[in-house]
Amino acid sequence: MSDDPVTRFKAPVRLDYTVTAGSVTADFLREILKGRLVGRRCPDCRCVYLPPRSACPTCGVITTEQIEVGPNGTVTTFSVIRFPFEGQVLEPPYACAHVLVDGTDTPLLHIVGNCDVDDMRMGMRVRAVWAEELKPTLASVRYFEPNGEPDVTYDSFSGHV
Amino acid sequence: MELTSPFTLEYAYKRSLGPVLSRFFTALRDGRLEGVRTATGRVLFPPLEYDPDTGEDVGEPVEVGPGGVVTAWTAAPPPGEAWVLVRLDGADTAMLHRFTGDPASLETGLRVTARLAEQRVGFITDIAGFEVEA
Repeated sequence: MSDDPVTRFKAPVRLDYTVTAGSVTADFLREILKGRLVGRRCPDCRCVYLPPRSACPTCGVITTEQIEVGPNGTVTTFSVIRFPFEGQVLEPPYACAHVLVDGTDTPLLHIVGNCDVDDMRMGMRVRAVWAEELKPTLASVRYFEPNGEPDVTYDSFSGHV
Repeated sequence: MELTSPFTLEYAYKRSLGPVLSRFFTALRDGRLEGVRTATGRVLFPPLEYDPDTGEDVGEPVEVGPGGVVTAWTAAPPPGEAWVLVRLDGADTAMLHRFTGDPASLETGLRVTARLAEQRVGFITDIAGFEVEA
């Protein structure tokens, strides 16, 4: 054993398990397989959740209505990842963004691609870019890319940040 | 149709320890169980970097154990693992660790002793577990 002082250690945390999608998430993922983004609407406050939620967290009532949304959306906020880390899938720099998909009330955390990270802006308009092979995962949307529409004002989405 | 998927959640942390925990883990690797004394005289084991009651820095190391008393425990059905909160002799706080004895012998107040690992690296598993005191 070493005589040097112990100044650091590895503290890995790893959990391997099997996740089962509930009926609401399963419906969502089946629509993904058809290339569609389908959220759910609260019958009370009318909020549309994407990914869908089985119950409205504000009103506490079951969501029943499925509603197709997108494929366009608005970047409400973003973060540029410029450093590498273990397990990273994409090559930095790249941008993670909250995308408020048109027709929804809750921003979706996703990647913005096909866009210089230094051009990222709150309020920029984007559209979903689908993978060639669709799988039952949100990663079937490869990323969102600028859709060419002019930016929208902060006030137009400030209630959804 | 049910949709299931394998899922792995992993954080490959390395952490630097700071002066208090560095001293604790260095002593543990060297085979000593060391708590810390607070300004009010309590002995914290395992050590905390600050007195949880006052937020003050903690003081000098205090050797504790290896014997102690079980203050709480839980056991999974056989052949599962058992876990104990142990207040080591000389300490005022308890630590959570594995119990390697017969889970059927577990009760609050049980006297136990720490068994150290033979190969120690400066990690909490340098305490292999707690077993019933001979």
